[in-house]
Amino acid sequence: MASVPAGRPATAGEPGSRRRSAALAGIVALGVAFVWEGAKFLGGVPWREPLALPGAPVLHNPPFRWMFANDLNLPHIWNIILTFFQPWQRNAEENVGQYLIGTALYTWREAALGFGLGALLGLVLATLFVHSRLLERAFVPYVVASQTIPIVALAPMIVFAFGPSVAAVVVVATYLTFFPVTIAMIRGLRAFDPRAMELMQSYAASRAEIYWKLRLPASLPYLFTALKIAATASIVGAIIGEGPGGINNGLGRAIITFNQYYITGPEKLWAAIIVSAALGIAFFSIVRVAETLLTRNRPADARG
Amino acid sequence: MTSDPAPASVAVRLAGVDKVFKTGDKATTALVGIDLEILRGEFISLIGPSGCGKSTLLRIIADLIDPTGGVVTIGGKAAAEARQARDYGMVFQAPVLFDWRTVEDNVRLPLEIMGWDAARRNARAREMLELVELGDFLGHYPYQLSGGMQQRVAIARALTFEPSILLMDEPFGALDEMTRERMNSEVLRIWERTGTSIVFVTHSIPEAVFLSSRVVVMSARPGRITNVVAIDLPQPRNDETRESTRYFELVTEVREALRAGEPEGGEHGSDDAASLTSADQARVEDGIQ
Repeated sequence: MASVPAGRPATAGEPGSRRRSAALAGIVALGVAFVWEGAKFLGGVPWREPLALPGAPVLHNPPFRWMFANDLNLPHIWNIILTFFQPWQRNAEENVGQYLIGTALYTWREAALGFGLGALLGLVLATLFVHSRLLERAFVPYVVASQTIPIVALAPMIVFAFGPSVAAVVVVATYLTFFPVTIAMIRGLRAFDPRAMELMQSYAASRAEIYWKLRLPASLPYLFTALKIAATASIVGAIIGEGPGGINNGLGRAIITFNQYYITGPEKLWAAIIVSAALGIAFFSIVRVAETLLTRNRPADARG
Repeated sequence: MTSDPAPASVAVRLAGVDKVFKTGDKATTALVGIDLEILRGEFISLIGPSGCGKSTLLRIIADLIDPTGGVVTIGGKAAAEARQARDYGMVFQAPVLFDWRTVEDNVRLPLEIMGWDAARRNARAREMLELVELGDFLGHYPYQLSGGMQQRVAIARALTFEPSILLMDEPFGALDEMTRERMNSEVLRIWERTGTSIVFVTHSIPEAVFLSSRVVVMSARPGRITNVVAIDLPQPRNDETRESTRYFELVTEVREALRAGEPEGGEHGSDDAASLTSADQARVEDGIQ
């Protein structure tokens, strides 16, 4: 009897390698912090106690004065961390951390809606294009062109069309999301083994059966690669859309507000940036988990 | 060409089949004047050097490629009709299992497409996997099986819906010699039990002689049939067959027939590339993108 290969091929999803990549990410973060504070140590403004007012005793006087390393451009990391626990605006009950988590969840809901709609639109377009060369030739150039228009130029127009509303924000997120899915799936839906197609033809399978039983499952690695890009793009889209969309909530609003008060509290904008990045990473990770679950029985080289 | 209808005992009739592949302004003649009748329940091997068009011929029989000229009839029907009637079972050199389906789900695939109800197709898939001695591997995924086991799943899948013709394109070409011999015996056992007609493309002379009722010898450039060797070895065939004098005589006869058709000298290697090309060609012609 032929022997059965033991276990499944090792992948990036295994606990050991996951711990290793987490450790690696930690080392990189430490390195960034070291360079950051190192620059401030050499060329920042005089170091004072965390969150101290000007005039407090100087703890360290850097030998140089570099513009980019002053407290406005590059606040101390501990001040950014501590600002999470400060009221987000004067007399506010919520601190910056609570406020940003609330706005992040709000933004995530918009982004997730845009992501879902964009992924669906991308999938539908790619499905049409792989079934019709004519449609593909006619419309793919416009799909590509759509992404060369800067979203900051387009967002106000979308808001004009949909009214200042969550709908407008969702449309902006959708707009940034459908593109990677369309392009990846035009390829993915053609990435089947040609002999598998012959097999389906020998069963006299219909186009629909070929799509659902061969093309779509064979395209999953492509789909998830695109969805991972789309997940982060949808967050960016929602944040950008919130400004012109006149939404009085969300990370976009928080960034605009903190931008206005940058001179008095640059740490708050940095905190908003960190939360935005964390939101993007979280959304990315959700897609990654879904991918691992849905492609776990495939050979390692067929996974994204 | 004859006008009388094919006798009931003829499974495949090829009359004057030609195939020319056109790529851009270049035309390549793959097959010329192929005449062949395959009887019901016959085991036919197509053997020949790389590029002799045997994989192309198989795909023409299967209606995956249209011939440029000539007529293909399958049990009296046109090839396209026969494909719609699900007369063909296909087995390729690679197992071509669907990674995302379990062994059992892979074997059930054609039955799903053919609209069998769940209870019937489950029973049938299990029965076929028992036949290829993989009854204990229903819930396994393809990557968990060895190459030989995967190929047996592919054979089970091809047989589930009892096609009248089984088309096998170098099914054991990627297996080691020991596994290949065992698989040969297994195919013969299945052939005896099911009574299906088999068209079997191979590079291996011993394999062709061991398995076949007749060996069709082809030569390349352009692909054509140069000889048909009837294999009169007694049934059932087993390890004794492989050691009999008649077996060696027939192997020699086929080898000489191959040499006679190929004056410029033999050529070895896989015609995987050729079969992939014809697969791609088929996709282009059927407008599948």
